[in-house]
Amino acid sequence: MDKVQADRWRGVAERTWRPAALLAACLAVWHLITVTGLVEAYLVPSPAKTFGLLVDKWSYLWGHTWVTTYETILGFVIAGVLGVLVAVAMVYSRTIESTAYPILLFAQVIPKIAIAPLFVVWLGFGLEPKVIVAVLMAFFPVVISTVTGLKSVDTEMLDLAATMGGGPVKTFVKIRFPAALPHLFAGLKVAVTLAVTGAVVGEFVGSNEGLGYVILQANGNMDTPMLFAGLIVISVVGVLLFLLLDLAERLMLPWHASRRGAAVTTLLAKGGS
Amino acid sequence: MTGTLTTPAVSIGDVSVRFQSKRAEVTAIQQVSLDVAPGEFVSIVGPSGCGKSTLLKLVSGLLSPSSGSVTLLGEPVNGPRHDIGFVFQRAALLEWRSARRNILLQAEMRGMNSAEAGRRADELIEMTGLSGFENALPHELSGGMQQRVALCRALLHQPRVLLMDEPFGALDALTREQMNVELHRVWRETGTTVLLVTHSIAESVYLANRVIVLTRRPAVVHEVIEVDLAGTRDYSATMARPEFASTTAHIRELLGAVTGQD
Ligand SMILES: Nc1ncnc2c1ncn2[C@@H]1O[C@H](COP(=O)(O)OP(=O)(O)O)[C@@H](O)[C@H]1O
Ligand SMILES: [Mg+2]
Repeated sequence: MDKVQADRWRGVAERTWRPAALLAACLAVWHLITVTGLVEAYLVPSPAKTFGLLVDKWSYLWGHTWVTTYETILGFVIAGVLGVLVAVAMVYSRTIESTAYPILLFAQVIPKIAIAPLFVVWLGFGLEPKVIVAVLMAFFPVVISTVTGLKSVDTEMLDLAATMGGGPVKTFVKIRFPAALPHLFAGLKVAVTLAVTGAVVGEFVGSNEGLGYVILQANGNMDTPMLFAGLIVISVVGVLLFLLLDLAERLMLPWHASRRGAAVTTLLAKGGS
Repeated sequence: MTGTLTTPAVSIGDVSVRFQSKRAEVTAIQQVSLDVAPGEFVSIVGPSGCGKSTLLKLVSGLLSPSSGSVTLLGEPVNGPRHDIGFVFQRAALLEWRSARRNILLQAEMRGMNSAEAGRRADELIEMTGLSGFENALPHELSGGMQQRVALCRALLHQPRVLLMDEPFGALDALTREQMNVELHRVWRETGTTVLLVTHSIAESVYLANRVIVLTRRPAVVHEVIEVDLAGTRDYSATMARPEFASTTAHIRELLGAVTGQD
């Protein structure tokens, strides 16, 4: 038991040291740039100053972090549910597919930052415009990946299902949907990072809370340490949400994860391989 | 013809199949007729692309003929039939289900009684030598094991007709022989009617009562060979019999003639 435990930790260490080293190197470069005076301190604050601020102003940042995270998760969940439903409709109906595709593509191509002000005009400064921008950002990858997944099922498997006589609902529940899950998760992981961006963009356009607001304020005050701190927190939120999904994928699709090879959460995974 | 008194298990009457592709119309099967008696084992051989898979799809109702009629167990085939078992060249297993749960998919889709299906699955697992691998996932199984799972799944609901489309085509020679012996035993024990499409002449003769040789596309029945190998068909003993050698040689000659090689 102890040996297994030890091996496990050694495995974690082996997978972690490279990214950790790279991160340390980046911090070192950042530090060097600031101490050598290569760049003026008011343009790029030192890592020490930035992280010091992070700690000092934590209670202030925490409130805004929660606002942005809430908008992100809400937008992501709505995009996930809508995306899967639309994808299913598209896979089962040629007509819906050909009707919806151009609209979807159009909605995807429109720059969200350009239409975000419109949502503010329509819906005010509250939660809704941020969530809508997050949904718009996250929706497309969910639809595309789910459609791909649902279409990836073997024709032979579908032929077999037809001879088994379970009907379309059972075929979907037992065969098509589970088969699409690996693709769906890939789409969800992209979507969640985009949802963070969507929420922040929504906050940029009109808000008095959230990390987007913090950054905009800091920018206005030439408060670069706070700006950097805000950026770091946003990234951490995105990475954590991504890792959460990766973990969920591992738990829900062990059959897939075990064959997928190295992934981000091999860092977190309890069992090796 | 063996079954003049009983209704044939499968009856294909003057069937043609034409596919409409972008460039041209392809006739895959032309006026093929074939009766298979209940409990009979029929092998189908022919050049690649001649229409063998198409023939099995017709029998299962996955495909409708352009003309002619197909009757299965006394009922005309129109639309996918549920009273058959189908095995493809690729095992087509669900990656996320264990061997046993892949077999039980058949029961779940049909809404069979689960206790009974479970017992039947265990019987089949035992019969096909899958014991000990019930909980393995497909990617943990060898090709032969995967194909055994597919066979068990096809037999779970005790179909009276089993359709097999090059089921052992992807296996190595030794595993293939083993599977042949097992399939022969399963057939004797269950009394199922079997239609087997294969590229192996030895396999076709070892297993079948009759071998149907099809021509190049559009497929027509070139010759029907009655296989006269009474007895239990012990593998190596059967291989060594002079009737076996002469029958396989004859089929090889026929296939050489239809593919234009030799
Ligand atoms: N759905 C289809 N559409 C068009 N052509 C097809 C289709 N299915 C099969 N064919 C053609 O019909 C012929 C017979 O196919 P098949 O029955 O799969 O041959 P095989 O004897 O190798 O199993 C082939 O030439 C193939 O290209
Ligand atoms: Mg074929």
